[in-house]
Amino acid sequence: MKFRALALAAAISAVGLTSATVSTSAVAQAKEQFFPVLVYRTGAYAANGNPWANGYVDYLKLVNARGGINGVKLSFEECEFGYATDRGVECYERLKGKGATVFQPLSTGVTFALTDKAPVDKIPLVTAGYGRSESQDGSVFAWNFPLLGTYWVGADVAVQHIAKQAGGLDKLKGKKIALVYHDSPFGKEPIPALQERAKLHGFELQLLPVAHPGVEQKATWLQIRQSKPDNVLLWGWGVMNSTALKEAQATGFSRDKMLGIWWAGAEPDVKDVGAGAKGYQALTLQHSAEPNSKVVKDMLEMVHAKGQGTGPKDEVGSVLYMRGLISSMVAVEGVRKAQERYGKGKVMTGEQTRWGLENLTLDQKTLDGMGFAGVMRPVQTSCLDHMGSSWVRIQTWDGTKWTPGADWYQADEKLLRGMVLNASRKYAEEKKITPRTPEQCKL
Amino acid sequence: MGFFIETLIGGLMAGMLYSLVALGFVLIFKSSGVFNFAQGAMVLFAALAMARFSEWANHALGGDSLLLANLIAFVGAGLAMLFVAWAVERFVLRKLVNQEGATLLMVTLGITYVLEGVGQTIFGSEIYNIDVGMPKEPVMMLESMFEGGILINKEDFIAALIAAVLVGLLTLFFQKTPVGRALRAVADDHQAAQSIGIPLNRIWVIVWLVAGIVALVAGIIWGSKLGVQFSLATVALRALPVVILGGLTSVPGAIVGGLIIGVGEKLSEVYIGPMVGGGIEIWFAYVLALVFLLFRPQGLFGEKIINRV
Repeated sequence: MKFRALALAAAISAVGLTSATVSTSAVAQAKEQFFPVLVYRTGAYAANGNPWANGYVDYLKLVNARGGINGVKLSFEECEFGYATDRGVECYERLKGKGATVFQPLSTGVTFALTDKAPVDKIPLVTAGYGRSESQDGSVFAWNFPLLGTYWVGADVAVQHIAKQAGGLDKLKGKKIALVYHDSPFGKEPIPALQERAKLHGFELQLLPVAHPGVEQKATWLQIRQSKPDNVLLWGWGVMNSTALKEAQATGFSRDKMLGIWWAGAEPDVKDVGAGAKGYQALTLQHSAEPNSKVVKDMLEMVHAKGQGTGPKDEVGSVLYMRGLISSMVAVEGVRKAQERYGKGKVMTGEQTRWGLENLTLDQKTLDGMGFAGVMRPVQTSCLDHMGSSWVRIQTWDGTKWTPGADWYQADEKLLRGMVLNASRKYAEEKKITPRTPEQCKL
Repeated sequence: MGFFIETLIGGLMAGMLYSLVALGFVLIFKSSGVFNFAQGAMVLFAALAMARFSEWANHALGGDSLLLANLIAFVGAGLAMLFVAWAVERFVLRKLVNQEGATLLMVTLGITYVLEGVGQTIFGSEIYNIDVGMPKEPVMMLESMFEGGILINKEDFIAALIAAVLVGLLTLFFQKTPVGRALRAVADDHQAAQSIGIPLNRIWVIVWLVAGIVALVAGIIWGSKLGVQFSLATVALRALPVVILGGLTSVPGAIVGGLIIGVGEKLSEVYIGPMVGGGIEIWFAYVLALVFLLFRPQGLFGEKIINRV
């Protein structure tokens, strides 16, 4: 009897605890550039994780359809981690030995956990639009690449946009801005940048954390109703975003006074709310939904039309699909750049790819040629700047679709640079890292 | 004062919804002695079935009648929950009569994973909408008495009413019907109940079906509020402190426990949260429940268990 109970318990525990399940979409082989893909197609954030993963994998297929990177075909393997940090690390450990080119965890928690491991394993971490903001400083964070933007960039641009609507930065004095954030490393990341701006311009910052996964926000919105902030910044992910919009509607807080981070500005965040979210704005990580872009047309023609699409056809071009696609593209371009130095048509190691990512030059002509005209602006990385770009647009939900605004914002480099250097130097001291000199960077 | 009352009302309405989910736990424990950890997964499964059946029915009807599509979907989702109840009894519980409580708990953990996985495989893992015509805009009351008035969320109010009616019906079912009495007899002792002619297998199907219907109603209400997605399964975690506090065997306990937890967590988040950085309502609900347990280990309305040695 006891044996049976124990056996049953063990079996069930195995189902529950078997965390990272690997699905092999294409097995890494010699002469192929291998891309591990950490995904969450199940769990609380699956609705957001799926389109990102589909875009990421589809782009690798598109590159193969276009002939690979100078003839080198790409292979990939997905590992499901359900947005759980421990399972993400397990996926990393499992896949790193297969010749991983880069890792993109799509989770700030996993990024924090892997930041110490990446230099040892010599595998670059690409965190496009998330991760540690101070990792922009490549002299300390040699293996982290928060390409296209960090949360400090997002916070800075959000304040700039609110100020613009109010009539100027000086008009922020005496105003109140509430930050409704996911109570996790992801949600807490913008706080230092917002506090810096609050000190500078004299507005009050109200901090309102929401516990994972964010389905219970009644108390949060009651506090908003009481404190009557002028604007609400929404720093959420997954179900937290739609719940926030519904609670805003239920408490009568105007949606056009709400501004979300780029992870709170995709179709799954608003489609369930529909007209109730009309007027809600969100930052973009350059791109919005881009169904008419050339890269999307190529994708439909060269991948989906041949029955090789990863997800549904009507998802191609949506916001998170584009995010995954662009994340994939910058990694691929890192390999292409590395090949220029280490040999065209060869498979690059993680270390060589790191060099490629650190010397990435995607000018507008190159981007337009790849089908990203109107989608992206240039990206130029260096040893001291692993981000490469801080362009942001604001998009608005009109009740049925996202529409990007015409204005492009850039983060205040003067303000953020000091913060980045302070934080990265502190990290270097803690971890006993000697920052690379400009000469060392050239190696 | 107005804000305090508003928070209190918000807590009571949220608490009523917690009661509804807690009721699922109580029903199954009361009648089969099984702590059903899969209740949250049942809410997700039922809501997914309802959302997708409604979508498919609406499409088949040419989008002409959402009400009819919802009715068809409700019946379809009810049948799906009947199938779940039958499958659980036939393939799981039947083999485990009179097993240790811990074994049965582990089994329900397994059922959780199966239901979540199968549900998402059949119905998909995107966000789906359940539109049962719930009003989304708030109403203001007592504006002359309190500055800014008292804001009432109409959707929450209607949901709380539905939950209250369902709780009332289930209380009557348990107390006044022969089936209800049979359910309670089975809970006391499986073998003794069998020996006096109570058909254990049928009773278990009935109780899991009733819990499935409760899950369906909870799924419709929560799904209408949040959208139908995986996070609905975590709603069950909101009900755990309710059953700890109210007692696992008491329907009134689930109601009173739900209301106390609902009010307690909202007041704590609003009035204590800002002092400690916020985000405390989820764990504070457990603190509240554990404090109650210090004084009443069997829960507010739970049966006091006396073992003779």
